[in-house]
Amino acid sequence: MSKEKIGVYICHCGSNIAGTVDVAEVSRWAGEALKDRGVVVSRDYKFMCSSLGQELIQKDIKEQGLTRVVVAACSPHLHEQTFRNACKEGGLNPYLCELVSIREQCSWIHPDKAVGTEKAKAIVSGGVEKVIWDEPLEPLRVPINPVTLVVGGGIAGIQAALEVANAGYPVIMVEREPSIGGHMAQFDKTFPTLDCSACILTPRMVEVGSHPNVKLFSYAEVTNVSGYVGNFQVTIKQKARSVNTDLCTGCGICQEKCPKKVIDPVFEAGLGYRKAVYTPFPQAVPKYPVIDRENCTYFLKGTCRACEKFCPTGAIDFTQEDEYFTFDVGQIILATGWDLFDARRIPQYGYGRLANVFTSLEFERLTNAAGPTGGKVVLRDGVTVPKSVAIVHCVGSRDQNYNPYCSAICCMQSLKFAHLVHERTGAEVYNFYLEMRTPAKGYEEFYQRVLEEGTHFIRGKVAEITDAARYPGEEGKLIVQAENTLIGKQMRVPVDMVILSAALEPRRDFKEVARLFGISCSEEGWLIERHPKLDPVATMTEGIYIAGCAQGPKDIPASVAQGAAAAARVIGKIQQKQITMEPIRASIDQEKCSGCRICNNMCPFNAITFIEDRMVSEVNPALCQGCGTCVAACPAGAISGTVFSDQAILAQLDGLLLNNLKTLDLTPA
Amino acid sequence: MKYSYFPGCSLERNASAYHVSAMAIAEPLGMEFVEVEDWNCCGATEYVSLNLIASYALIARNLAQAAKETSTKQLVAPCSACYLNLKKCNAYMEESPSLEEKINLALAAGGLSYKGGTLKVRHLLDVIVNDVGYEAIAAKVTKPLKGLRVAPYYGCMIVRPKLGKNGTFDNPEYPTTLDKLLKVLGATVIDFPLKAHCCGGHMTQISESTGFELIRRLIKGATDYKADLIVTLCPMCQLNLDAFQGAMNAHFNTTYHMPVLYFTQMIGLAFGMDAASLGIGTELVDARPALEKIGVEVPEAEIVVKKPPKEALPMPSMPEEK
Repeated sequence: MSKEKIGVYICHCGSNIAGTVDVAEVSRWAGEALKDRGVVVSRDYKFMCSSLGQELIQKDIKEQGLTRVVVAACSPHLHEQTFRNACKEGGLNPYLCELVSIREQCSWIHPDKAVGTEKAKAIVSGGVEKVIWDEPLEPLRVPINPVTLVVGGGIAGIQAALEVANAGYPVIMVEREPSIGGHMAQFDKTFPTLDCSACILTPRMVEVGSHPNVKLFSYAEVTNVSGYVGNFQVTIKQKARSVNTDLCTGCGICQEKCPKKVIDPVFEAGLGYRKAVYTPFPQAVPKYPVIDRENCTYFLKGTCRACEKFCPTGAIDFTQEDEYFTFDVGQIILATGWDLFDARRIPQYGYGRLANVFTSLEFERLTNAAGPTGGKVVLRDGVTVPKSVAIVHCVGSRDQNYNPYCSAICCMQSLKFAHLVHERTGAEVYNFYLEMRTPAKGYEEFYQRVLEEGTHFIRGKVAEITDAARYPGEEGKLIVQAENTLIGKQMRVPVDMVILSAALEPRRDFKEVARLFGISCSEEGWLIERHPKLDPVATMTEGIYIAGCAQGPKDIPASVAQGAAAAARVIGKIQQKQITMEPIRASIDQEKCSGCRICNNMCPFNAITFIEDRMVSEVNPALCQGCGTCVAACPAGAISGTVFSDQAILAQLDGLLLNNLKTLDLTPA
Repeated sequence: MKYSYFPGCSLERNASAYHVSAMAIAEPLGMEFVEVEDWNCCGATEYVSLNLIASYALIARNLAQAAKETSTKQLVAPCSACYLNLKKCNAYMEESPSLEEKINLALAAGGLSYKGGTLKVRHLLDVIVNDVGYEAIAAKVTKPLKGLRVAPYYGCMIVRPKLGKNGTFDNPEYPTTLDKLLKVLGATVIDFPLKAHCCGGHMTQISESTGFELIRRLIKGATDYKADLIVTLCPMCQLNLDAFQGAMNAHFNTTYHMPVLYFTQMIGLAFGMDAASLGIGTELVDARPALEKIGVEVPEAEIVVKKPPKEALPMPSMPEEK
């Protein structure tokens, strides 16, 4: 017989629970059958999470002197905090309240009401047994470091960094490439307004580069992350630029004089050249070039040094080595972006075999006034202006063989391409689409505009792109074969140029990124948000946020919105000055510990240290996150987690199984 | 390596050159073929659409017969239609217990049984490039096919559809194994965009003009790419492109001349084997002008007219054609 006075509250959750669980019966049963376990009051209510429902609990705490509370409702993910707060307001320590789920784990999965009701009783009984073991706890408070790390210098990262920096807090930005700017810097025009991408992006880049609150590392990567929210330690690897940034003025003479020309696979998407010493584009931020050691003649053969000879300030430094910096940061925003689908994976589209098949990124460079052709739309021979162009949507997206998802931007991007081809060449344009998706502000209007410009829209998936002429008039052309599903006929369209709107894919190294920062990613590799609707920029790891295409394909406005949203979350946390942490911690029973040290290496937060003179391990409660890994790993059973002690878990199991076994029949009627 | 071998009906008749050349290169490639005992028709391309269970039972009988051979679990079919049928039946029986049960009811009438997935069904090209390997083949080449422009032609059935857990041994839309093999043999291989397009199958028997159009595209494509000959791996493709080339030319009033040989014949030639021993000379579109480029002499095919025996009775006279 327990000395505690326990209140049990069963939620209907509208019909979510009451539909398949007889809540009145569960409540009646708990009041009678669990009386000798200390249950003094048992009620059911339509919505326990409503303020009336919460007041019900508070009233009972005051009038009946409850010492423990069990709420049977939804998953603790949703409302544990709600009911803990309600108890706290009612004068009970919040950790003496147990929320057990009879919705996700019961009513939603059992169509049979009798079974659902019996199982709900078992779950309630388990909750009652566990709550007896609960102890009053006080939440821990730790100070938060106001420095924020932003990983990725594309438009999402830039937006996030500026928001935080403008609020007056320090930001460290890390970018892998020599310059920030991301994919947006590669574009000429942006849909649907067709404003110049560089004109709206470069002022932001300059602002980041010169902001007193932003410390920018370009040509750098994060190599290590440890700690926890408010108190992370990060290691940044600054790759050797071979250029002394204290002396370099960014005059560009080194690039001019460098005799080694190489294809630029990153910024020019393989369609243009750069030098071995380079900045990716003239407006690069920072302005300092880097030497690509894999291609530099000096690093390959030991001679040349042309850049060094001509540099007016003596900034070239061939002896530079990679440097590692360690910083303490409070929170982290990941805006690592996307990679383009490799169109060679669809061989029947001929990319890589047929010269005049281009990818979307190649075409972006082709139309860019600062690109390899100065913005002239020409075929791969560099001179011929195409008279007809086919644009293929959904290449590698919405395709079970490659990526099942929609890449979100391709329809609008393809419409933009159609417009630019019309404008620059006057060519006939054929857009092969599956469905037209133009759902945002001004997008449908842009579609109308492109329709009126005379673009041919053919609804159907392209079967193949070939140079094998079948009929007269097809010689020397690329023939796009597709079924026009609106008229139910096969079509062969001979064109001069084909543009493949290739899918947006997660960064190729998404697995390493997820592991490094301790967050999870979807099957495809997109980083996973805490909640797809209500918490799209936080992750399941406290203090780590995601923004932009790292989370999933999206266009520039959505990336900017996410960058700002992540920044708002970060600023909100900083302004709290300290972070309240769950007091769930592991502790080691010194009597039982054998000193085997198995737990030492298991701890992901390095919270366990071995005390040499006493030959036992000890948990540092400031570092422990209560994950429970050590508790499960300890062969002597010497480690226990507050709230989740072995006794409490076994008692809950007893409640679930033993107390009810006689009444529990889970075979459907 | 030892394999069960399912020749199928065409390799006994119209595609005998395929069979002869496959057997000729087996020894130098270190392959041993054991012909499936008492095999029957695979059902070709039509039967499956007429009566599913009966057609699978017909195919499964071959699998059951082949499974009797205990020394190998690999079943090789050189004909693409046979290969696809055997592979489909094998995969579907493994996936669907109910189909397997029905088929086994039929097989039981003949005292046979088969469990889906027991055998691994493979095409001859697959085992040559993947089991023997390009390097081992390259080591045997004594007379490289230098200067010969070839169009590799796979047809539709060898790589499509993707079946079972392991899919196909080559890309279903744009296969490349035969390209690589022919390069190893020393030939100049054109990047043939029509390599996996339809040869027409049995369309010549159903709708002549449709069949001829499908054949024309392929022959025209190979001619446009200045190929000396088409190399194929399917008796059906060879039959359509070779035997119907004349009729197609007559239909469209064209003068294409594009010989069509089997890849096994090309391997034999590169290994320095005698053309006649590889069945070269039995094709209808003369391959000699093409093969002269690589110094292969093909003896004039002797037309043997069998004289009727003395005791023979006279043939009835036929009405004269208009």
